[in-house]
Amino acid sequence: MKLAKALLATAAIAAMAVPALAETDVKIGVLNDRSGLYADLAGEGSVVAARMAVEDFDAASKDIAVEILSADHQNKPDVGSNIARQWIDTDEVDVIVDVPTSSVALAVNEVVREKDKVFLASGPATSDLTGKACSPNTIHWTYDTYSLANGTGKAMVEQGGDTWFFLTADYAFGHALERDTAAVVEASGGKVLGNVRHPLSSSDFSSFLLQAQSSGAKVIGLANAGGDTVNSIKQAAEFGIVQAGQSLAGLLIFSTDVAALGLETAQGLVLTNAFLADRNEDTAAFSARFKEKHGKNPTMVQAGVYSAVLHYLKGVEAVGSDDADAVLEWMKANPSNDPIFGEATIRKDGRHMHDMYLLQVKSPDESAGEEDYFKLLATIPAEEAFRSIEDGECEMAKQ
Amino acid sequence: MFELIGIPPQALFGQLLLGLINGSFYAVLSLGLAVIFGLLNIINFTHGAQYMLGAFVAWMLLNYLGIGYWWALLLAPVIVGLLGVIMERLFIRRLYHLDHLYGLLLTFGLALIITGIFKQQFGVSGLPYSAPALLSGGYNLGFMYLPVSRAWVILASAIVCFGTWFVIEKTRLGAYLRAATENPTLVGAFGINVPLLITATYGFGVALAAFAGVLAAPIYSVNPIMGENLIIVVFAVVVIGGMGSILGSIITGFGLGLVEGLTRVFYPEGSAVVVFVIMAIVLLVKPAGLFGREI
Amino acid sequence: MAGESDVVAAAAMPTVREPAWMPRHHLVLFALLLAGLLVAPFMLYPIFLMKVLCFALFASAFNLLLGYGGLLSFGHAAYFGMASYVSAHAAKVWGLTPELAILSGTLIAAVLGLVFGALAIRRQGIYFAMVTLAFAQMVYFFSLQAPFTGGEDGIQAVPRGHLFGLFDLSRPEPLYFFVLAIFFGGILLIYRIIHSPFGQVLKAIRQNEARAISLGYQVNRYKLAVFVLSAALSGLAGATKAIVFQLASLTDVYWAMSGEVVLMTLLGGMGTVFGPLVGAAVIVTMQNYLASFGDWVTIIQGAIFVIAVLLFREGIVGVIAKWTKKPL
Repeated sequence: MKLAKALLATAAIAAMAVPALAETDVKIGVLNDRSGLYADLAGEGSVVAARMAVEDFDAASKDIAVEILSADHQNKPDVGSNIARQWIDTDEVDVIVDVPTSSVALAVNEVVREKDKVFLASGPATSDLTGKACSPNTIHWTYDTYSLANGTGKAMVEQGGDTWFFLTADYAFGHALERDTAAVVEASGGKVLGNVRHPLSSSDFSSFLLQAQSSGAKVIGLANAGGDTVNSIKQAAEFGIVQAGQSLAGLLIFSTDVAALGLETAQGLVLTNAFLADRNEDTAAFSARFKEKHGKNPTMVQAGVYSAVLHYLKGVEAVGSDDADAVLEWMKANPSNDPIFGEATIRKDGRHMHDMYLLQVKSPDESAGEEDYFKLLATIPAEEAFRSIEDGECEMAKQ
Repeated sequence: MFELIGIPPQALFGQLLLGLINGSFYAVLSLGLAVIFGLLNIINFTHGAQYMLGAFVAWMLLNYLGIGYWWALLLAPVIVGLLGVIMERLFIRRLYHLDHLYGLLLTFGLALIITGIFKQQFGVSGLPYSAPALLSGGYNLGFMYLPVSRAWVILASAIVCFGTWFVIEKTRLGAYLRAATENPTLVGAFGINVPLLITATYGFGVALAAFAGVLAAPIYSVNPIMGENLIIVVFAVVVIGGMGSILGSIITGFGLGLVEGLTRVFYPEGSAVVVFVIMAIVLLVKPAGLFGREI
Repeated sequence: MAGESDVVAAAAMPTVREPAWMPRHHLVLFALLLAGLLVAPFMLYPIFLMKVLCFALFASAFNLLLGYGGLLSFGHAAYFGMASYVSAHAAKVWGLTPELAILSGTLIAAVLGLVFGALAIRRQGIYFAMVTLAFAQMVYFFSLQAPFTGGEDGIQAVPRGHLFGLFDLSRPEPLYFFVLAIFFGGILLIYRIIHSPFGQVLKAIRQNEARAISLGYQVNRYKLAVFVLSAALSGLAGATKAIVFQLASLTDVYWAMSGEVVLMTLLGGMGTVFGPLVGAAVIVTMQNYLASFGDWVTIIQGAIFVIAVLLFREGIVGVIAKWTKKPL
């Protein structure tokens, strides 16, 4: 156990160490995928972002001692909920941040609710976190399936892509993404012609793509994530599906996926995102600083971690303690303000309300440099971007 | 236009062709496994990792040395094959006198190490590897659009499978190999260097995996986990074909691709599990596999 | 089936007066183990200890099949995982008390073991391993598709409930002692099986199947019986885990879990009573405390596999047993 503690301590990054003077002792646990599918879009980059938030907040001069722990949940709900429980029980962690992978986030959501701590969910997509699984202890920070489906789905229908066929990863998350998008497509006057469910982590998508092609739909919606999305887009290009006149709609695409595809293959793809590195001076400055430390531009998940940690620390300062209920109350009562999202509020159901961006992947000619991937098609105002409280199934918010 | 169980025949042809392409990968990979099992009695769990290595070596050759796809098709199998030879000399050699179980566990451990190191170095988002100019474009077959790169996969793997079968079944070297499988002591007594033969065979089996990896590089993304799930399926292919049977693994590889292709049309969710259902049935009905000899 | 394990073990306790039932050094080790585990929760994180106990029971159940039955199953995750699903479902949806939920999980595992075992034991060696793998993959597929398992989200927020409707298990202390009782009961049962006449016949079959047949033993019945026992006890471990962690997920039915239990058994020492316990403790500790190192866990695990196979195939406890010249 001593050895284990020592190991844990070396793994933990002490952002600041003046415990003698400190009034409040805050421990932040960054829990995410550090070795799997989402390691590149969250992973160590999220820890870097959290550390930047602590520095920018200048905790040192405010008598708040902040320590950041990090761990790998391996995208397994049991591993994730275990670590969360142990962090809270034995390491006195006050707030758990990030947690990509919806299934893990839902499990952590339950642990944090039971232990009455704070969960700032930047990584996960599932809109159930502000729906039927909503919790007073959870704030869903960066994006969700609804906002992605809504942004991309609506835009595609408006551009004339009114018939859809879904290529859906055969697991709960894929089904949810398909369901949310289909609803938006139909609400905007489009029609869903059919779907095909592929096993998770397939390597070959040609067969499914061919079925999508023969459906004759104008848009093929990719209700999958990570490597599955990358492979389906790549193989769609190989089989000349886009050239033949159908368009692809990636419903969960990150900048890391675009990098894996290369602009040649990814060009023209429409997607919704919460963060665009060169949107304005603030985001550009933040991205440059982040890149200096991490070597790559931040993803929306990593940028979201920065924003969430900053707002949390402001809450701790204002309340003068790390008491979860008090800090949460302050966080929800006061708007967050940072270079990532500008000013944004937190809704009763725990939804962090900020603008989303409809982006298109640039062609190699349009791209100015190494990480210049996207052009901005439209800004989706917060009220339109996210599902309304009435449509969610969050009991807590309706009272 | 008549329809077959709700699917127009053109679409069905397309799907069968795609199944055959996937089957090509299974065939090359299971051939390598079968060759190794046949002579070494080792169940090479590292095969998936070696397939991944093939793709990565091709990627490295292109990005670090500027060596393109066609050379990689030759060089990557040689390089990975040599790595395999080193592995055999260092580790696997020590297990020949033991139960299968230990070989399986050892190669499983090696696979974990190799995959882990590549994950650490390259992440898991995957790296792009573009197909050479010669393989871009495609043929319009009327019932489907067939990319040249996929057609090439069938051609290349058919050539490699036939070549391997020919060498093992029809040449003197192959005769030594088969004889050494039957009775290594006797073959050794005839003055043949059996340990060398064994090492070379392992290297060759591994090279086959790497070859499949290079074939896969431009089609799928180059990714440390690309072999992780494939290996279990390929195992099943080898078992269905009959462990150690060269012809069996080739035919089963292509055949299973077809079956999987059909499953993707009629019950797409089940396409990942159909191979195991078939394996269970075959093992229970014909324990030595479709082409294996009863022992 | 193994839900009766506590009862059986408790009934077996008084038989200590029979000198043959446990050599003195085993008695001492069991006493030390129990004493250590009774004190442990006051020093170590109880939830972590419970995880170790669940996996130790799982590995011991697996070892019963591999180490004593001589059968390598590559699909034990099926019993462990399916039992955890059923146990979680029973506790959450049917509202059963924890002991009944665990019992139902164990029962399902026993039934699955009976069906799969009856088919698999007709094959030997690597083919046996492959058949079990194939069945496990089908169970995985079922778990992914069946609505009650919740797909990759798993069954979450499983209530721990009240033991026998009386003791509140939501607090860690009572839960720990409940899990400890299950674990210890399970281990003693396994010990009893190994050292019973039944266990002796198994040993004979493992060493020379043809001879056992010629002696008139119905070999397949023995194999099936040990398979079912092993599956049921694996299920007991899985069902308990679901209650402890309030979660049943796909991880528990995935083939990697089948590989992990092989690793634990091999590392600790297969065919030894205490080996799987040590192996499970080492692996779980490593996974728990190296979680922040990401990929290194996989690399280290791989290295342990390689070292264990090349250098000490007897496993940790096997090596110690060789030194001390006492079967452990």
